[in-house]
Amino acid sequence: MGGPASTGATAGGCEQRGFFSLEEVLALPGCPDLDELRGRRLAVVECGHEIPCDPCQTACPTGAIAVGDDITALPRLDASLCDGCGTCQPVCPGLAIFLVDMTRDDGLAEIWMPHEFLPLPEKGERVRLRDRAGEVVGEGKVRRVRHGARLDRTAIVHVLVPERLAMVVRALEVTR
Amino acid sequence: MRRVDVAVVGAGPAGLCAAAEAARHGCEVALLDENATAGGQLFKQIHKFFGSRAHRAGRRGIDIGAELLDEVAGLGVHVCLGAPVWGLYEGRTLAVAEDDHSWRLAAGAIVLATGATENGLAFPGWTLPGIMGAGCAQTMINVHRVLPGRRVLMVGSGNVGLIVAYQLLQAGAEVAAVVDVLPRVGGYPVHAAKIARAGVPVLTGHTVKEVRGDGVAEEATVWAVDDAFRGLPGSERRIRVDTVALAVGLTPMAELAWLAGCRMGYVPELGGHVPFHDARMATSAPGVFVAGDVSGVEEASSAMEEGRLAGVWAAAAAGKVTEDRAAEAAEPHAAALDGLRGGPYGVHVRRGKQALADGVATAQVQVLGGGGV
Repeated sequence: MGGPASTGATAGGCEQRGFFSLEEVLALPGCPDLDELRGRRLAVVECGHEIPCDPCQTACPTGAIAVGDDITALPRLDASLCDGCGTCQPVCPGLAIFLVDMTRDDGLAEIWMPHEFLPLPEKGERVRLRDRAGEVVGEGKVRRVRHGARLDRTAIVHVLVPERLAMVVRALEVTR
Repeated sequence: MRRVDVAVVGAGPAGLCAAAEAARHGCEVALLDENATAGGQLFKQIHKFFGSRAHRAGRRGIDIGAELLDEVAGLGVHVCLGAPVWGLYEGRTLAVAEDDHSWRLAAGAIVLATGATENGLAFPGWTLPGIMGAGCAQTMINVHRVLPGRRVLMVGSGNVGLIVAYQLLQAGAEVAAVVDVLPRVGGYPVHAAKIARAGVPVLTGHTVKEVRGDGVAEEATVWAVDDAFRGLPGSERRIRVDTVALAVGLTPMAELAWLAGCRMGYVPELGGHVPFHDARMATSAPGVFVAGDVSGVEEASSAMEEGRLAGVWAAAAAGKVTEDRAAEAAEPHAAALDGLRGGPYGVHVRRGKQALADGVATAQVQVLGGGGV
């Protein structure tokens, strides 16, 4: 895996600026280590505040995400149990779960992002990519768009990005 | 005069759940609301709710609202819409206005689930067209499907401000910024993260200084504030906007609780004057219960649990269910409420509710009223 670049983070905590820096995300119990991500597809649970919520734990079919009985506890990801199925993704009310797929050998990573804006992108379309701060960090190609009853109007968009942006890109914008 | 076992005032999430629970426990229930449709704010809440499975977490407010309407219909609740309750008299008698006449309704027990109203914020230019409550903007986009404007400044970063800012983006508006006078985001940071990554600046420690325009809002000036929330000259930035949405808190609509003679306290953590109530949601006025934002501003998930509690205990007060059975039915909802109020984001509500339950006049709880229906 290439070195994930940090972009857009300014001084002050997440609560002050409204988004996590990459360093803050990597320290979350729901975020796998970069070593664990190598060659795998894993959920990255970007949930770092003790809000009362646990659908990720309930949805996970492999027991990889644990919140516990106290639903304000932070979700913890056990990367050894996560098979990258993405069942957790559409049930997260905070749209805070991303799937990061580092299994390709062409220098690209695939990111699955929850997306609730119309028009939806189409397969093959090039979309504008943004980081957690909303800064434009490049363009990516849409590999797949999933939506349907099970996803309950949260589309999941699969986008191919350069490997180094795997932990940086967190939003897409249709520019047509 | 008409008579029911339980009358519920307000058909939002709390009132719908109270009515359903009272009906399930054998009561004849009237559910009254001044609006033309039931559901309160639920049908504006197109986002997925937090919580656990017991709280219908991961489901959207609009879908939960539809389920609750089905539930009360299936239980035979009398739903009276377009029917504002304008009086509450001795003997638990409500005065209801409908079309061109008024009628009276006597009830064995009453549940007040009247909700809350948006706070305003005064600044030079605040009366210009284009400046509105965030709830107003949300009603326009999600109920009437009309954009309030093309480019919006959101004032306030509590969950209402963050969620409505996101929904304005979904509706096709541009959100120029979200400002909050406090040095940190007020709502859940995951909501802030959604708008931040869409490119919306979240400016904490900032507020609106003034809005200018020729007959309508055209330009807002925001500025940074110091520790005492005074604007810092020289920090001004001008933002072209045609809409300014105010998400600066809610105040419980407690008029009927005052009328009922409920003992009231001023609890800043809960949004203002609220009736004292215990874990059964019973006020100091015999047979008068409260649920939802009128009992302290929270959110829809906790309003629904409070409604279930109030409905069960109102059924007991109306003599339709024993105390033991009521306690058994109430238990899971009390536990669900505790779950929702856990953690750092529930601290304020826990403190406020505890002060009310204790009935203790702390430094922050000014006691007013007393007596009862």
